[in-house]
Parts: sequence; C-alpha cells; structure tokens
Amino acid sequence: MQAETPPAVRAPRPRITAQSVPRLPRHVKLHHDKTRDRWVILVPERVLLPDDTAVAVLQRVDGARRVCDIVDDLARVYNADPALILKDSIALLQDLADKAFLLAATEPPDA
Amino acid sequence: MPEDRPHDGDDFQLVTRTGDLERTQYGIPLAVLAELTHRCPLQCPYCSNPLELEAASGELTTAEWLHVIDELAEIGVLQIHFSGGEPTVRKDLVALVARATEVGLYSNLITSAVMLTRDKLAALADAGLNHVQISFQGAEPVVADRVGGFRNGHAKKLAAARWTRELDLPLTINAVMHRQNLHQLPDIIDMAVALDADRLEVANVQYYGWALKNRQALMPTVAQLEQTTRLVTAAQQRLNAVLVIDYVIPDYYASRPKQCMGGWGRQFFNISPAGKVLPCHAAETITGLSFESVRDHSLDWIWNHSAAFNRYRGTDWMPEPCLSCAHKEEDFGGCRCQAFALTGDAGNTDPACALSPMHGRIFALAETESGADRNAFLYRNFSGGLPETD
Ligand code: SF4
Ligand code: SF4
Repeated sequence: MQAETPPAVRAPRPRITAQSVPRLPRHVKLHHDKTRDRWVILVPERVLLPDDTAVAVLQRVDGARRVCDIVDDLARVYNADPALILKDSIALLQDLADKAFLLAATEPPDA
Repeated sequence: MPEDRPHDGDDFQLVTRTGDLERTQYGIPLAVLAELTHRCPLQCPYCSNPLELEAASGELTTAEWLHVIDELAEIGVLQIHFSGGEPTVRKDLVALVARATEVGLYSNLITSAVMLTRDKLAALADAGLNHVQISFQGAEPVVADRVGGFRNGHAKKLAAARWTRELDLPLTINAVMHRQNLHQLPDIIDMAVALDADRLEVANVQYYGWALKNRQALMPTVAQLEQTTRLVTAAQQRLNAVLVIDYVIPDYYASRPKQCMGGWGRQFFNISPAGKVLPCHAAETITGLSFESVRDHSLDWIWNHSAAFNRYRGTDWMPEPCLSCAHKEEDFGGCRCQAFALTGDAGNTDPACALSPMHGRIFALAETESGADRNAFLYRNFSGGLPETD
C-alpha cells in the first residue's frame, strides 16, 4: 500500500488572515434547527454549537468574500469596532480550519 | 459495521433550546444509528450485531424507512448514520439517503465498502450523502481478509476509499483493532494518510455480540495496549495538520468506563433492521427489557415513553459506587450492556470502572485471555457462527 501510493497528499491546514477567502467544505453544514430553535454546525459524528458571533461570521462565509470583507460588513451591521471583530473572526475561523472544518483560499475566485 | 458508534457530543451537553443546557436529563435526540439490515458479505468475528441475526424478510420496507426518516426530522434528530450489517446490501439506499437530504438530515454511510462501485458511490453523493466511513480489518490482505472472512475484501476497500476521495466525499477510516492485528497499526496509519482520509478511528474491539464469543482470540495484551497508546500519541502529534486520529482503548483495561452513547436514552438511539428502537445497538442483549417498534408507535412516543429508555435514564437508577460518585454525570455509570454481560445485571456499575467491585476480576480475566493460545475465530453468520479452519 505505502509502496504504490505517494504519502501525505493532503495540504496542511490553511492559515487564516484578513485576506483569506474562507469556505465551508461539503461535510460541514451551518444549519438552523427548528426543533431546538438554534443554529448548529453539523460535522461528521458531531454537532457543534456556535455562539451568536460565530453564526454571524459563518453566515457570511461563502467562498467569495475575504475575511476583511466579512468584517467590514459585520462592523457596519452591528456598529462595532472592526479591529475587535477582525481579531475574533480570525480566531474563530482558524479554530475551525485547524479541525479541518474550514477551507480557505488566499485569493478571491476570479474577481 | 456496527462495531462503531456515533461520537458523544461536545462536553455531554444536551442540545436543547438556546440558553437551555441540561446536564443530567434527556433532551432532544441528536443522532440515530439506522441499522438497515443484518445482511453482510463479511463475517467479522468481532461484529457487534446480535448472535441471532434478523433475516431479510423481517426488515423494514422502503416505505417504512422513508416514514421513519420523516419522523426523525420532525422530532429534531440532526444526523443519521446508515449502518448494518452492510447498508449497501439494501437496494433502496440511494432513495433513503435522498430522503434524509430532503428533510435536512446530515447523513453518514458506515460501510465495509466491498459491495461499492464507483457508480454507486457517485449516486449516493448525488443524493446528498455527507460523509463515508469505511472499516478496515488490517493493513494488508493476508491479515485483513482472514479477519473479515472475505477474499479480496481488502483490495475492494482500498478502491472504494480512493473513489470516495475522488468524489470529494470526506472519509473516515475505521480500524477495528485486537490482539491479532495490532502489530499492523503503524501501517494502517500510513495507509490512512496515503488514502487521503480526513479521520482515522483506532477502535479497540468492544466485547458484545460476536466479539464476546471471540474474546479469547481477540483480547490484546497489556504490553500491546501500552505500545499502541504510545504509537497513537506519537502519530497524533506527527500528523496533527493532516489526519485526525481518534482512539478508543479496550474497556477491560480502562480505569474509567466509556461514556456509552452519551448516556442511556439521552442523545442517541438505534433502530434495528426490524424497526426496534434501542438506546444502543447492543441493548437487545439485555434480557428482561422489551423494546418498542416503529411499526407500533411513533418515534416521538417511544423516545419519551418507552419503559426501556426510561429505566436507566439520568442518575436516579444508579447503585453505589456510582450514586455518590463525582463522575456520575460525566459517564452515567458506563455501559449497561457491558454491566449485564459481565455481572448479569444491567443496573450495576460497568465493571470497566476501577471503582466497581468486579473490576479486578475483569482485568485479570482480560490478562489471562490475552495470553491464550486460542487464535481461531468463530465467524459471524446467520446460523450460529462458523468455526475457522486452517
Ligand atoms: S460482519 Fe464485519 S463488516 Fe459485516 S456488519 Fe459485522 S462488523 Fe461490519
Ligand atoms: S463509579 Fe460509576 S459514575 Fe463513578 S466513575 Fe465509576 S462508573 Fe462512573
């Protein structure tokens, strides 16, 4: 098996910056659960419980917007400090990326 | 592939309405293990299906499963694990996955993969399947095909694992480990990386069903276990950014019991091929409990009113040492099926716990059996098992 297949084909987990373009992979679903009346993140074998900030960020993760675009939007909608939102958003997205629940490109797809 | 169970939720929190987290009572079920059939081309000696397997004629029909899937979504279940036996034996699997997708359930296929073709997998992916879990019995065909009792099985699994990733489906490799294949673990880890798996489960056999019959041939030695733990820990660090490795140690050598199913009737349940609703897939081994069928009651009714579910819910039923133990809301006294199998009473503390008066005896038993020379398997089949011959 090892002889015939090259090892470690998988790219290492991405590092999230303000310029990253995050997206959720197929096996990660942000889902509004009617019965419990709350947002959940569905991943293999587990259910994660995002807080309100995480939901607000993840609702804007679409594989097109950069982290800084998402932050601008949030700062406008919630009338909050962009520097603080940026810090929180990067921490949140990096945490998901480290668990392989988030993909990220460094460039927006064909602008 | 019922040797594996859905994972416990984060921190054992019950997911109820926002801001309403209960620690001890049962809530809305998160996930269901749907055992579509007991039919399976493999004959693993550790299979956790019951010794008396359900014949095809007793299985729920397609219409019945479709109705069950609708009910699951209505009562708030979020994830469905299609399992068995071998779920791909069912000709209606694509239709069932499609219905799960339609009603918003996150779906996982737990399979031995030997019956998959690329086209079948593509059809399942198109139907919205979210995740695939393939079991391996070893790192190469000699050991793997002997354990599974199925010629060429290993090669078929490798092919199916590659198709899974080609179709961009996330892949978990489930490696069921025991005395006779633990030496292949380093190669299994390399194999998981080479197959581009997202996750590897190193799951030591749990002793129910067929595994209990084969315990002498499967029980690892203490030395093997210690080496395995070192190996897994090193691999987890080395592959940190590449592969998630989950590790389940064998109960008999543990000092705290596993948090079985997140607590009896608390977050998960199981539906048997004939439609029985069970708190865990081995629950039918407990004699004296009776379980309701989806043919007779709604799932909502069963979850809330089944006497079998209510029997060991929460902590009130517990005997000592559990009752006054600080961990009782973390592990809920361990596994009821194991308590029954090893002590004759499902209401006892799981002997996997070091505080159980039975623990010393169980540990000694494991040590003795691990040194046994009896390596021949009793293979799982529909007629009471097939003894291995040379
Ligand atoms: S025989 Fe093996 S592959 Fe088949 S259901 Fe049992 S454990 Fe799974
Ligand atoms: S005594 Fe009971 S509650 Fe305490 S750790 Fe053991 S099994 Fe768990």
